[in-house]
This record gives sequence, C-alpha cells and structure tokens, in this order.
Amino acid sequence: MTQPKLQVKNCDLFYGDFQALKNINLSIAEKEITAFIGPSGCGKSTLLKSLNRMNDLVEGCKITGEFTLDGVNIYKDMEITELRKRVGMVFQKPNLFPMSIYDNIAYGPRTHGIKKKAELDEIVETTLRQASVWDETKDRLKKSALGMSGGQQQRICIARALAVKPEVLLMDEPTSALDPISTIKIEELATELKKNYTIVIVTHNMQQATRISDKTAFFLHGEIVEFDETQRIFSNPKEQKTLEYITGRFG
Amino acid sequence: MSDRMKTYKTHPMSLVFNILTKIAVVLTISVFLLIVGYVIIKGVPYLKPSLFAKTYTTENVSMLPAIVNTFEMLLVSLAIAAPLGIFCAIYLVEYAKKGNKFVRIIRLTTETLSGIPSIVYGLFGNMFFVLALNWKLSMLSGACTLAIMVLPLIIRSTEEALKSVDDSFREGSYGLGAGKLRTIFVIVLPPAISGILSGVILAMGRIFGETAALIYTAGTIAKYAGLTDSGRTLSIHMYSLSNEGLYMNEASATAVVLLAVVLLLNGLASLVARKLSKGGN
Amino acid sequence: MTENTAAAADTAAQKPTAKQSPHLLEKAMKALFCLCACVSVAAVIVICIFMFAKGCPAIAKIGVGNFLFGTDWSPRNVPASYGIFPMIVGSLYCTAGAIIIGVPIGLLTAIYMAKFCPKKLFKWLMPPINLLAGIPSIVYGFFGMVVVVPIIRNLFGGTGNSVLTVSIILGIMILPTIVGMSVSALKAVPESYYEGAVALGATHERAVATVVFPAAKSGILASVILAVGRAIGETMAVIMIAGNSTIIPRSLLDSVRTLTGNIVIEMSYAEGLHYDALIGTGVVLFVFILLLNLCFNLVTNRKDKG
Repeated sequence: MTQPKLQVKNCDLFYGDFQALKNINLSIAEKEITAFIGPSGCGKSTLLKSLNRMNDLVEGCKITGEFTLDGVNIYKDMEITELRKRVGMVFQKPNLFPMSIYDNIAYGPRTHGIKKKAELDEIVETTLRQASVWDETKDRLKKSALGMSGGQQQRICIARALAVKPEVLLMDEPTSALDPISTIKIEELATELKKNYTIVIVTHNMQQATRISDKTAFFLHGEIVEFDETQRIFSNPKEQKTLEYITGRFG
Repeated sequence: MSDRMKTYKTHPMSLVFNILTKIAVVLTISVFLLIVGYVIIKGVPYLKPSLFAKTYTTENVSMLPAIVNTFEMLLVSLAIAAPLGIFCAIYLVEYAKKGNKFVRIIRLTTETLSGIPSIVYGLFGNMFFVLALNWKLSMLSGACTLAIMVLPLIIRSTEEALKSVDDSFREGSYGLGAGKLRTIFVIVLPPAISGILSGVILAMGRIFGETAALIYTAGTIAKYAGLTDSGRTLSIHMYSLSNEGLYMNEASATAVVLLAVVLLLNGLASLVARKLSKGGN
Repeated sequence: MTENTAAAADTAAQKPTAKQSPHLLEKAMKALFCLCACVSVAAVIVICIFMFAKGCPAIAKIGVGNFLFGTDWSPRNVPASYGIFPMIVGSLYCTAGAIIIGVPIGLLTAIYMAKFCPKKLFKWLMPPINLLAGIPSIVYGFFGMVVVVPIIRNLFGGTGNSVLTVSIILGIMILPTIVGMSVSALKAVPESYYEGAVALGATHERAVATVVFPAAKSGILASVILAVGRAIGETMAVIMIAGNSTIIPRSLLDSVRTLTGNIVIEMSYAEGLHYDALIGTGVVLFVFILLLNLCFNLVTNRKDKG
C-alpha cells in the first residue's frame, strides 16, 4: 500500500476539560473521497478542523498525537499558512467575503504572492469553471455575490478554495444549508474534483456519504467506531453501533 | 381606545404612570429644543462676517484664529489617539485570548479613563506635559491630554465594530492560508470601517467641545498657534468671552458655531454607524 | 499504552513552540498592537502616580483633617488656610440636586422610550436625546447663565447663581446618560417577563413598572452611577452659574463652589503649596470617581453573572 495522503495517529483533543476526540487513528488515501458520519457532537467536524489546524483558532483547544501530510508532521514541521494552502477548506455556510466575486477568488492567490493580473484572471476563470459556476458568474465577476443563491455561493466558495491549488479539500457539511438541487450539484462537483484532489467531507446525510464517498468513518462520542469502504459500512458493518446508526435507530 | 379608557378607570394608577412618562419625554425633548433654539435665536443675529476676520483684537474678537487652532487640535490629537485606539482594539479582539488577565486589566483601565472628569485630565496634563516634560502651555500638551481622554471612546467603538464582523470571514481567510495580518487588514477591517469611523467622529465632537482639559494645557491665547505655542480652541474662546462678561453677543455667536459643528458631527457619526448596520445585513 | 501517552505528552509539550508564523512582520505588528494596548494601562498608572505623588504630600502638609474638614479656604491669607470642606459639601449638594431632578425625569423618559413609544416616534425622539450628550458643557453653562440664572433670580431673589441653578443644569446634562443606558437595559429584559405579567391580568403600565423595570434594575443602577460621575466631574458649566463663593451653602439659593470649580478658578494664579492644594482637591475628586467606578463595576459584573 502506498503512503496515505493524510494520517492521524493517537489523536486526543480537548476543549478545556472536555475530551472531544479519543485516540483517533486514521489514514486518508489520495484522490479518494472520505466521508465522516455520525450524530451531532460526535467529533467529526472537530477532527476535520484539526487536519488544517483550524482548531488553533479555538480558545482552550489542546491536541495531542501525530498528524502527517505526505509523511510530514503538520503540527511540528510545517508552516501553518503553507499547510492551509495545501489543505483547503469549505465551510458549512457559504462565507464569501464582502467583496466582488473576482476579489474573493483572487484573495487566496494574492495572499500567496500572485500579483499579475493576467495570471489572476486565468486562475479565476479556471477555478470557477472547475467549480461549474463560470456560466452564472462570468458577467458579474466585479460584483458582489450577495444576490446569488446559497448553492451558487457555496460553489464560488469551492472555487475560492481551489484557487490556491490545494492538494486536499476539507468540506464541513457543505450542503447542510442548501436545497436538494444545489446539494446534488455540489455532490456532482465533488465527484468530479476527486480526479485531482483528495477530499474529506463531513456530512449529516447518510445518503450523501453513500452517493459520493469511497471510504466512510463512523464517529460516536469522540471515537471512530468503524472505518472502512463505504459500501461495506452501509451494507455489512462490523459493529453493532454502526448498524444501529445507519438503520436510523438513533442519532 | 375606549377599551383602554375602561381599563384606566379600574386602574387609575396605570393612567397616572402613563401620563407621567409622557410628561417626562416632553420635558426632555423640549429642553433639547429650548437649548438649541435659544442658542440659535440669540446667536445668529450676531454672526457677522467681521467675527471671522483674520486677526483677533480686543475691538473685534474674531473667532477665526480659534477655529484654525481647533482644527489643528483635532488633527494632532486624533493622529495620536486614532492609531493607538484602533491598534489597541485590534489587539483585544484579534490577538488576546478571551478572559485573559491582561485583557481584563486593559478593559478596567479604559473604563477608568472614560470615567475620569475632564478637569482631572487638565490637571494631569498641566503637571505632566506642561511642567514635567516642560512642553509649556502648548497645542501639543493640549493634544496629548485630549488624546488620552478620547482613547477609551475610540477603543470601545473599534472593538464593537471588529466584533461585529462575522467569524466565518476570518475562518475563510485562515482556511485559504492567509496570515493574521492579511486577514485583519484585508478581510476584517473593511467591513468594520464605518463603525470605527463613527467612533472617531464622536471623538472629534468631544475634542471640539472640550474646555476644562485645555485651559491649563493648551492655554487661552487668541492667536494662530504652532504645535509648541499656546493657543485657544473655539470652546475656550467662548469661555473666555463669556467669562469676561464684555462680549456676551459674540459669545452667543460662537455658541451657534460650536453647537452647529458638534451636532453635525454627532449626526454624522450616527449616520455612518447606521450605514454599518445596514451593510451588515 | 504507556508509549502512547508518552508520545502524546511529547506532542503537547512541543505544540506551543510549533511554528506559528515565520514572518517577521507578523511578529513585529503583533508587538506593536500589544504595545498600543498597553498605552491605556500606562496612562492610568501615570495619571494616578502624578495625582497622588503631588497631591498627597500637600494634603499631609496641610493636615488631612484640616484639608478635608476645614471650612476656611483662604490660600492668600497669612497664614494661608486650605480647608476644602465647603467644596466637598458643594459638590455633594449639586450632585444630589442633579440626581433628584435628572433621575426621575430620565427614568420615566427611558420607560416611555423603551416600552410605550411607537416605533415610528422612537426614530424621531431618540436622536435629540442622544444629541443632548453631544452639546458641549460650555454651551450648557452659557445657557444656564443667560436663561436659568435670570429666571431663578426673578422668581426667588438673590443673585440666581445658586445650588438650585447648578442642580437644574446638571440634571439636564445627565439626562442622556440615564436615558440611553436605561433604554438598553429595559429593552434587554426578555419579553416573556412582560407577557407573564400581562397574562396574569396586569395592565401594560403595571407590567412594565412592576416586572420589567425591576428586572432591568442593575442596568438602570449602572446608568445612575455613571450619571453621578458625570455630575460630580462637570466643571465648565458649573463655574459659570454657581457663584463660586467658598462658604457652605445654607439654602438652595446660596452661591456654591464645587471641587471642580475650585481647581479651574484658582489654577491660573496658584503657586507653591496653593498649586499643590489644588492638585489635592483633584485627588479628592479623583478618589470619588474611582469609588464610583468601583461601584459601577460591581453593579455591571453582578448583572453579567445574574
């Protein structure tokens, strides 16, 4: 087996005195979609945020264990902005900055030192195409995206994340605030993006996990109960608790 | 309506209470109108062009030197207080950990500063800037004193403005690998700018109307003043005129200018602040 | 298992030293922001040091008792005497007068604005009330001098420069503080309190007065404390209408000198111990304000917890 893209070893995470993650061990393979499922408060979003150190922003958060990206420890041997450039993130609610669509997409590249207009134009167009919102946005690039639908905004957010050329894309319940049609568009987009990117997606929606993911991890009370091929998790889980969850007996 | 009257018949105290509150509001509003109206009616007829002559003489107590000095005072004290206050607020909101001891100390001290009466600032400015640092009675001494005085105002309004910026913007920016500085200056400050501005404008109003803190720091000389010279601002000008008792008409004309500018600044501040709350939606 | 915890502890120990940002600029700016944050702390410390270092020796030299409770202030006599008791009493009288006039009107106004006022009217009534806070104190003083003083003189005789005049003007000046803070406090009371009272058959007014108002009491108390601070520290408006004689006022119509007035009036020609005695006056005022601040903090902190 080749080296996993992301690897987590013996991870414990505390918010103050509360232990949110308990002894997590996980390997995420390259160019696959890995889904985290589980009831609210089970730690799935917490783990996701640890993968690009967004938890550093949380007051009183203490993480132990080893996180590696391509074998490099992301908490010790990698600069945090470099990490976040390589591991991009899409949030639960579309969080476009209060500036034009163009400036939103260009924000990341500019942050990392790309200043030339031609180059930026190119990036904006490619990423908007990749995120399949180019047609809706090409005529209003210089305008704010505030009038657009939630689904369109979320796809622009994905384009914005892609604009820094990440290797991994973390998606934190990206469709929970969207209508079914927008949800399907985002799912199609994720499947398309899988060809070039490693994707980790947190979802409440089990159908979504079965539709798009290759592997699924089931979380409960801060622990991974089961981690396996998505098909196996949903058809023939090893653990009783997984079975109960996927058949809707709790959560 | 008659329904309510019936209620009041059985509960007369409620009616009395209701009427009392209405009387209070009418009193409050009419006091405001009375003051503004009186100053305008009394002052406007004396607002002659000669009062804006180039120089101040005992025959013609021109307010132009005082106006120029006031703008100088505004510029210098804001040049000191605005960066200090805004940076302090940035530290409090963006860097400091919540509930941290240092933050609590800063909050306590800014609260203390905002409670100190202006005359105590005047005393302190006189002891510290005028005598201890030997800057004499000068615009600079006055400006430094006022800068400390308006600091808490700017800190608080900037803090509020920064806090009102949604955290998801910050997350989004960090998520793209931006550093703290870039996030603050490119993402957080632009939407907060009108809130910060309204605080700065309010501070301008404070500086414009201040007297007690300036008499013994900037002095009362009615000439165009450089940074190291003593000079009077418009408020002190008005105080001197009315204190001498000889120039009551000119004093009332000055009051019109003072009131107009201060009301304008306050109106502007709330207008800018309202733009903020609209922009937030 | 032991190996696990060891590794975990190792990571934990390393985390704070992990690279946060290698850019010099980031660190330099953080230091700059922090430095600016220290300025307000430094200002308070320096102000305290200067006030107390200069004022306290003077008070000690004059004698604490003689200074605080001496009723004779004649710094130019030989030997000079520095008793500020008349000014302390004057400040307290004027502040009390301002509270008696300002607080009832202010609170009733706040209740109307927060609970009885139609929304459309609120938009028109609130700005003038807020603007009252923006009017410079010198303009209040001027207004008092040319309007209120003559009225008092004509109605009650005397010079018109009196405790009563000062109380009226200060009462007006503290209105915006009381109304502004009390309106927010009243509006912050959960609607369910009001609904609960009305559901029990209380009239609108009764529900507001007996349920909503008491629920907002710590915010309202805080506004009153802040107003007391404003009143006791006000200078320019007061000296223009107070008469400023250094005797303890015996009636509402007597002339009065406040602590703040004492400082402004004599600073221009004070020297030596006289100057220091004025700083001492400032110290007494300062201590009053610090005590009020303390009360304010106690009240607002209790509100946060409650």
